Amino acid sequence: MNILNLYARRRIVNALGLAVSMLAMAFGLFWLIWILWTLLEHGLPALAPVVFTQMTPPPGSDGGLLNAIAGSLAMSLVGVLIGTPIGILAGTYLAEFGQRGWLAPVTRFINDVLLSAPSIVIGLFVYEIYVVHVRHFSGWAGALALAIIVIPIVIRTTENMLRLVPTTLREAAAALGAPQWKIINYVTLRAARAGIITGVMLAVARISGETAPLLFTALNNQFWSSDMDQPMANLPVVIFQFAMSPYEDWQKLAWAGALLITFSVLTLNILARVLFRQKSASH
Amino acid sequence: MNAENTANPKFAAPKITVKDLNFYYGNFRALKDINLSIAEKMVTAFIGPSGCGKSTLLRTFNRMYQLYPKQRASGEILLDGANILDKKQDLNMLRAKVGMVFQKPTPFPMSIYDNIAFGVKLYESLGKNEMDERVEWALRKAALWTEAKDKLKQSGTGLSGGQQQRLCIARAIAVKPQVLLLDEPTSALDPISTAHIEKLIDELKEDFTIVIVTHNMQQAARVSDYTAYMYLGDLIEFGDTSTVFTNPKRKETEDYITGRFG
Repeated sequence: MNILNLYARRRIVNALGLAVSMLAMAFGLFWLIWILWTLLEHGLPALAPVVFTQMTPPPGSDGGLLNAIAGSLAMSLVGVLIGTPIGILAGTYLAEFGQRGWLAPVTRFINDVLLSAPSIVIGLFVYEIYVVHVRHFSGWAGALALAIIVIPIVIRTTENMLRLVPTTLREAAAALGAPQWKIINYVTLRAARAGIITGVMLAVARISGETAPLLFTALNNQFWSSDMDQPMANLPVVIFQFAMSPYEDWQKLAWAGALLITFSVLTLNILARVLFRQKSASH
Repeated sequence: MNAENTANPKFAAPKITVKDLNFYYGNFRALKDINLSIAEKMVTAFIGPSGCGKSTLLRTFNRMYQLYPKQRASGEILLDGANILDKKQDLNMLRAKVGMVFQKPTPFPMSIYDNIAFGVKLYESLGKNEMDERVEWALRKAALWTEAKDKLKQSGTGLSGGQQQRLCIARAIAVKPQVLLLDEPTSALDPISTAHIEKLIDELKEDFTIVIVTHNMQQAARVSDYTAYMYLGDLIEFGDTSTVFTNPKRKETEDYITGRFG
């Protein structure tokens, strides 16, 4: 009898626990789906072909987001290209060489601070050290601010992913007489590759929606600009500006831009997963 | 420790001679004045309960402990007469001579072919044909060739546990070492894979001096020529495997191998 009671109680606790977890998941998904739904509802009607072919318009006339899309792509690309190598190198240092000495713990601490620094502070910082000196806003300044956001994310994920590589794998490579740089290059970094790429993807997702660091650096540009040394249009700032405006056509474009950012990040993430899964399966 | 009990069995050519070896993890003394010799082209087994220092001893033979700042060894380990604990000893050259296989299979995240070529490339620059031959030679030696020859370009991590372990053995012998250290090589494997590996050990001792750490006493009895019983950092008894198992000199050894303790 006693055992039956115990068994019944376990079943109830199990059912309760499961129900609470499902509710928590439903609660989280609810907002996500609502956000996506609202975006689709307002963004899809606004997503005409002209969005991709014309520049941002003055109020009251037709236009698109071409310059903002191009600017965002260019600055994000440069930001990732600057931030990723630095982040991977620093993360590798922390994971593979950071057991002794004071430099690694200090670096790790500062990196954590940087990781949680408000992005507007990073925007102001780049404004102060770069924009003030060259006396104009520019795409380079925007890319620099984005790179500073990329670095701590990539450092953190690289270090964490390398730490997940079993010690025995390092020992096995060392036991063959491989020097440390070869162990790191050919064995541990390869073993952690999936996680590190995911970290870079996360960083891309993070910077493609950042507005604050661009406000003080790249500012905006109503016209087509392929010169990174000039103020540069970008989706987040355009969305910020257009969504706050009283003009209905600007608001529509802001929705289209928001939809574009969200779904490109989503596609990027899915693509990374699918590509990676195929690679690891066939490799 | 009483000298007669740990006196080395008589054999013609010791490949490795350990003299007054002490080993420390920080302040903890894990090996206490170890003296023993490893016979060339024979299988020597280290047995003993967990924490007795048998893996620690094994890992001094290729100075694996060097990866960790707080571990250190004192005394002498002579490999062909030269002290490998000497600071001047080149670690990579030592590890070219002394290969190692670990408890858990450790295939590198690359193809089967590259797993084997990785170590070889560290010491030799072979042409494509020579490398192909070396890879085939190592896989044949490790009894993996028939299973792996059609998937050399596939990832080593896709093999079964037993195959992975044979890949690791192939990788270790591809470098053509003189000594092969096996640290509980079958404890993560099923009985059939274990039998494969044990048969392999028997064949490999024609070319290599083998030192194996094992928790499995039957395994030690099956594969080894000499057996060392260790307990709490001391070498309790060392001798012919048949003597140690059938007529141990020390009571502690007898208690352990008859299962009264440990």
